[in-house]
Amino acid sequence: MMRHLISAADLTKDDAVRILDTAEEMARVADRPIKKLPTLRGRTVVNLFFEDSTRTRISFEAAEKRLSADVINFSAKGSSVSKGESLKDTAQTLEAMGVDAVVIRHGASGAPFRLATSGWIDAAVVNAGDGTHQHPTQALLDAFTMRRRLVGRDAGLGQDLAGKRVTLVGDILHSRVARSNVDLLHTLGAEVTLVAPPTLLPVGVGSWPCEVSYDLDRVLPASDAVMMLRVQRERMNAAFFPTEREYSRRYGLDGERMARMPGHALVMHPGPMVRGMEITAEVADSERCTVVEQVANGVSIRMAVLYLLLGGQDQTAQQTAPAPATEEK
Amino acid sequence: MDAQSSSQSSAPRGSQRASAPDSARPVLEGPDIARVLTRIAHEIVERAKGAGDVVLLGIPTRGVFLAQRLGAKLQEITGARIPVGSLDITMYRDDLRMRPPRALARTDIPAEGIDGRLVVLVDDVLFSGRTIRAALDALNDIGRPRAVQLAVLVDRGHRELPIRADYVGKNLPTSLRETVKVQLAEEDGRDTVLLGAAAAEETGER
Repeated sequence: MMRHLISAADLTKDDAVRILDTAEEMARVADRPIKKLPTLRGRTVVNLFFEDSTRTRISFEAAEKRLSADVINFSAKGSSVSKGESLKDTAQTLEAMGVDAVVIRHGASGAPFRLATSGWIDAAVVNAGDGTHQHPTQALLDAFTMRRRLVGRDAGLGQDLAGKRVTLVGDILHSRVARSNVDLLHTLGAEVTLVAPPTLLPVGVGSWPCEVSYDLDRVLPASDAVMMLRVQRERMNAAFFPTEREYSRRYGLDGERMARMPGHALVMHPGPMVRGMEITAEVADSERCTVVEQVANGVSIRMAVLYLLLGGQDQTAQQTAPAPATEEK
Repeated sequence: MDAQSSSQSSAPRGSQRASAPDSARPVLEGPDIARVLTRIAHEIVERAKGAGDVVLLGIPTRGVFLAQRLGAKLQEITGARIPVGSLDITMYRDDLRMRPPRALARTDIPAEGIDGRLVVLVDDVLFSGRTIRAALDALNDIGRPRAVQLAVLVDRGHRELPIRADYVGKNLPTSLRETVKVQLAEEDGRDTVLLGAAAAEETGER
């Protein structure tokens, strides 16, 4: 296991399966009367959110508190950042306070990588979404949800997602969730198909380890999971499609389309959903839609990631020990 | 890290021949382990006056198999089904930060719960007592048993905490440089307890 979690592409299959297996045990803590473990007692985790978020921030905070870490919340609004402080100065302030881990969300792609590799700070860095780049914990919780539903809770332990067909639909261009999911699902052996209007596909998508299609109806019958993505209007500065009605007619998921999916197939959405746009209320409220389950699984996944990054040997001790190859035993 | 060690030879072999590596010497063989578990089961019934409210919780990995075997024996004796579960103590260990993160094992509390019941913790080797300390902490977060007792297959001494076992399969005086290795058919393909000379890394594990 590495020291930071910056990109889903950095994870090997063994790492990813290990995180999913750990999360499966973490999920059982939620069923107990006392939903708390003493594991990260005395460790300080800062949630550094430069961009708005409800789900991810609350999910991380719940995970940190369940592991007994001390949590400091930071949002750019109402902080010195609005006065013009740079990321470097913010980081050095945190370092001076003796922080053990930083969970960072930033509008600029690459900010978590910069924070982790610049030497400004010694803490473990967890990427909670950076620009249009990566959102690794989201991809992990999606994979966790798929494994639980498609393979089984106990049957899934130690398993990957080999042979599962996953379709991602919508605004691929602006979606860090899509990038993370393509990377992780490919690592786990799933077959990924992206479906979007050509204007919402990024340049170079041909080199990604996935298929691309413009026709949702043709892909649906051969999907084990369909993930609908939100059209990110806040990141759009040009006309990507003629009207919303046309978009949702061709790329939205309604009851009729859902009926064409195989009986066991899941409907997923990373949230927040825009009902009537990419997904109809009928589908969003159906049994097959895992949105709420994904949120619950998010806490388990984040507990697993924090435990694996922080729960073991002291970071500084790990740094001075040069041979990482022998650490596994 | 015994949670991940050897998942080899799935076929349990009946042979009791000590094909042990190096200098490891068997101190308990399959039939001895079976007899010892039978005795402990009887002791539990005797002490608990019928074992009516007993819950067995094994500590992974091998404690769980021992708990299951004990549960079967208790059922033979009392005729009633005894709830058996497992209690993973990894997250409660006091040496977490001295090693890379460990893999977690399953915590499985029987549906009956543990509140107001007599919980018997089951582990393979009692050594420093730190595992049991962690188990007591873990129990605390799950419920409030009427009482907690401890059953171990081997007590090798060298306690670092004021903890003792209520039921002991075999007292095995050892030096700190020796290793005690328990192998069970469910995990290792055969039943045996091996006493070996020091393989330095094992020292202080338990």
